[in-house]
Amino acid sequence: MKMAQAQNDNSVVATPELSRRQFLKVSAISGVGFSIGLSFSHAASAEAQQPSAMGHFIKIAKDNSITVVIKHLDKGQGVTTGLTAIVAEEMNADWAQMRWEFAPADAQRYNNLFWGPYQGTGGSTSIANSWMQLRQAGAAAKAMLIAAAAKQWAVAESEVVAENGQLTAAGRKATYGDMAEAAALIAPPEKPTLKTPEEFTLVGKSVPRIDSKEKSTGKANYTIDVRLPGMLVAAIARPDKFGATLKSVNSDKARAVAGVESVITTPRGVAVIAKNHWAARQGKQALTIEWDDSQAETRSSTQLWSDFKALAETDGAVARNDGDFAKAIAEAAQTVELEFEFPYLSHATMEPMNCVVDLQKDACHIYTGSQIPGIDQYVASQVTGLPVEKVFVHTQFAGGSFGRRAVPDSDFVMDAVVIAKAINGAAPICMQWSREDDIKAGRYRPMAFHKFRAAIDQQNGISGWHHRIVSQSILRGTPFEGLITGPLDFAIAEGGANLPYQIPNFKFDGHEAKAGVPVLWWRSVGHSHNAYATEVFFDEVAHAAGQDPAALRQQLLKEHPRHLAVLNKVLAESNWGSALPAGTGLGVAVHESFASFVAQVAQVKVNDDKSYQVEKVWCAVDCGVAVTPDVIVAQMEGGIGYGLSAILGEAITLDGGKVVQNNFYDYTPLRINQMPDIKVFIMPSDVAPTGVGEPGTPPIGPAVANAIRSVTGKAVTKLPIGNRLV
Amino acid sequence: MISFELNGDKVTYEGDPNMPLLWYVRDELNLTGSKFGCGVGMCGACTMHLNGQPVRSCSTPMAAANGARVTTIEGLNSEAAVAIQQAWQKLDVVQCGYCQSGQVMSATALLENNKQPNDQDIDMAMQGNICRCATYHRIRAAIHEASDTLAKEVS
Ligand code: FES
Ligand code: FES
Repeated sequence: MKMAQAQNDNSVVATPELSRRQFLKVSAISGVGFSIGLSFSHAASAEAQQPSAMGHFIKIAKDNSITVVIKHLDKGQGVTTGLTAIVAEEMNADWAQMRWEFAPADAQRYNNLFWGPYQGTGGSTSIANSWMQLRQAGAAAKAMLIAAAAKQWAVAESEVVAENGQLTAAGRKATYGDMAEAAALIAPPEKPTLKTPEEFTLVGKSVPRIDSKEKSTGKANYTIDVRLPGMLVAAIARPDKFGATLKSVNSDKARAVAGVESVITTPRGVAVIAKNHWAARQGKQALTIEWDDSQAETRSSTQLWSDFKALAETDGAVARNDGDFAKAIAEAAQTVELEFEFPYLSHATMEPMNCVVDLQKDACHIYTGSQIPGIDQYVASQVTGLPVEKVFVHTQFAGGSFGRRAVPDSDFVMDAVVIAKAINGAAPICMQWSREDDIKAGRYRPMAFHKFRAAIDQQNGISGWHHRIVSQSILRGTPFEGLITGPLDFAIAEGGANLPYQIPNFKFDGHEAKAGVPVLWWRSVGHSHNAYATEVFFDEVAHAAGQDPAALRQQLLKEHPRHLAVLNKVLAESNWGSALPAGTGLGVAVHESFASFVAQVAQVKVNDDKSYQVEKVWCAVDCGVAVTPDVIVAQMEGGIGYGLSAILGEAITLDGGKVVQNNFYDYTPLRINQMPDIKVFIMPSDVAPTGVGEPGTPPIGPAVANAIRSVTGKAVTKLPIGNRLV
Repeated sequence: MISFELNGDKVTYEGDPNMPLLWYVRDELNLTGSKFGCGVGMCGACTMHLNGQPVRSCSTPMAAANGARVTTIEGLNSEAAVAIQQAWQKLDVVQCGYCQSGQVMSATALLENNKQPNDQDIDMAMQGNICRCATYHRIRAAIHEASDTLAKEVS
């Protein structure tokens, strides 16, 4: 039973047999327009006519269920709901007939249109890149159903009404499912007519989340829940410093643990393979290992900070240089300076990283939640020696990601495949990291040091702004390095170099610091620290210039109507400027990321003992057309909570190269008592939709810090803030 | 031998009495609704009810279950549980969903013991359950919603 579920990739098709036998497949090819094929497994000749590079997105079964093939990973951001709603909208389907399933790894059919030939989920692009693709697919499917009905009933197409999953004309009636077979024989329309926004009945209205029931009843399956016959569990002991390697291991005690089957050494660490998780974990604890540190990063955080700060004293690679900053400083009435320190951050997804591998003689099956399945496929192919086409990725629900599951070297998938290979596929392996493994495995949001200097002129305007950053590059040295166009990794500069404020003399430069700690994108990537640093420094400058920070923002954003509109919205909703109880303050921040615009006002109460509480947050978002408004609200709430969590209490630090933190007692995420009341406002828009998974995160930190500043008069420049202000 | 009631059925166990209840339920009984998040009692993803009280099953040895009544999310069926799960769906609380079995278990135990919890009661009862997707705002609203439903059913 479990097994069947696992192999169906969480598909919720009620009758998989039926849907596999008889369905219509509609697909769209990026750039080329549109292409349709039919796929009845019994209609072999028709199958053969399919263009080979076809994307397959819609399956209509006889029982009138419509299954949308989801080419993106759902890690909680709700794409299964959003993408399904887009298809349902154009098809005039009934929400109750909609189903979904995850696509396999197949970059030809399921590439992210914003990433060229790669399949993947990230950068808040899922809805944005699929928007036209799925609208066209849905509209074509509807047109074909109408044409089939018209033909069968001998009426004009214009007389056939397709609504709520039903076709009607001249007293005749059929479901989409009834007509699917005939529709598959209709030539696909060259240019299907799309609905106008006024005609939308699902997009922009809040459809219920399609995965709510299974996720609130314990029925949703994640990687940890995959069950295969004969499956064993593996726990892996990895080096305690980045770059260290295995020197020696004594596994006698581990082998003696009841349930342990074998202990193997791999290039990535020592793996204990056991009948169940408990035995594997016990066995791992019983290992005695010596690591070779000769190639390892052995610096402590304090040393890294002083190295970063020393670099910040020198000129960096210039990412933007408008006007003449030196001249602005020379002529300034006043200058303002500030430095910021941002720690490494762990994604700490709720489900510690894991992967199930079933290595067979001529195929490798991978079960995991991955943002870039194509890389996993490639890595598995390299490790096993199988051709890429023989590696099958079965996407599972992911217990959170926030960027962690988009790893350029597939770290946790590689661990699992290496183990499966080491035992020659003797049994399917569920490789499960402990929370400690997950916290200590690296792939952190890079630590960053920011140094600012601003010039204020005689009229109390900001005449110059210099922002220098020292941080590690995320892309350099990975397969994505080619994406770097300027002198500085954009993952370091984004959100800082493109500051929207109208400042005549503006300079941004930076250094890509070298450290042996692996870093990765973490929800909103460079924006996660650049928004904080720039928006907190902005308030510092505004106060020095004797200006209201909100009014000064409005004044310097005149050329940026979308920034200005979200800003004005939260200022109005929060009654900016009205009297507040003693010790309570408001702070505002506005930031664009991933082509969406978000402004937030935070209300913070600071107590006499320097403890504080973030009480309320007002959030306005402009993400173009709001496809599924309630999912957008949820992403803003979650993005705010995630960002708040980091600035309040999260940091990864190193001691002699070893990660100090272990588990949720010393890496401390936000808990319910720290969650503020949140009000989200979605700006009306008819611009194409943009992302919402990440843009809610960047503004919350600076909004909170600016609120604290409004009470204490002091900028918060070192994160995390901790339980009490310093 | 350890024997206890799990979701209304009698089960017996003869292995390592130190094995956490979580792994017994997941690995030996194949009930996978309860999740592993931290293994040290700090996140609540593994929450089950032991004699009606929420416990962290990752840190509850099998020995402690002897003679007890254990309920996992698969066996939830009380009036409070139904109200909680309906409220969860009505307000679309879930995101990645991985923490949510534990959230539902803790919230159900709260309502079973206190039909009209205020915000402070909710903070107390739910503080042990981490949600990295930060669905806390809706968890709070859904508990109030479920509590209102129960109040209406009574009157
Ligand atoms: S897994 Fe039990 S409390 Fe975290
Ligand atoms: S819903 Fe993802 S951790 Fe709670």
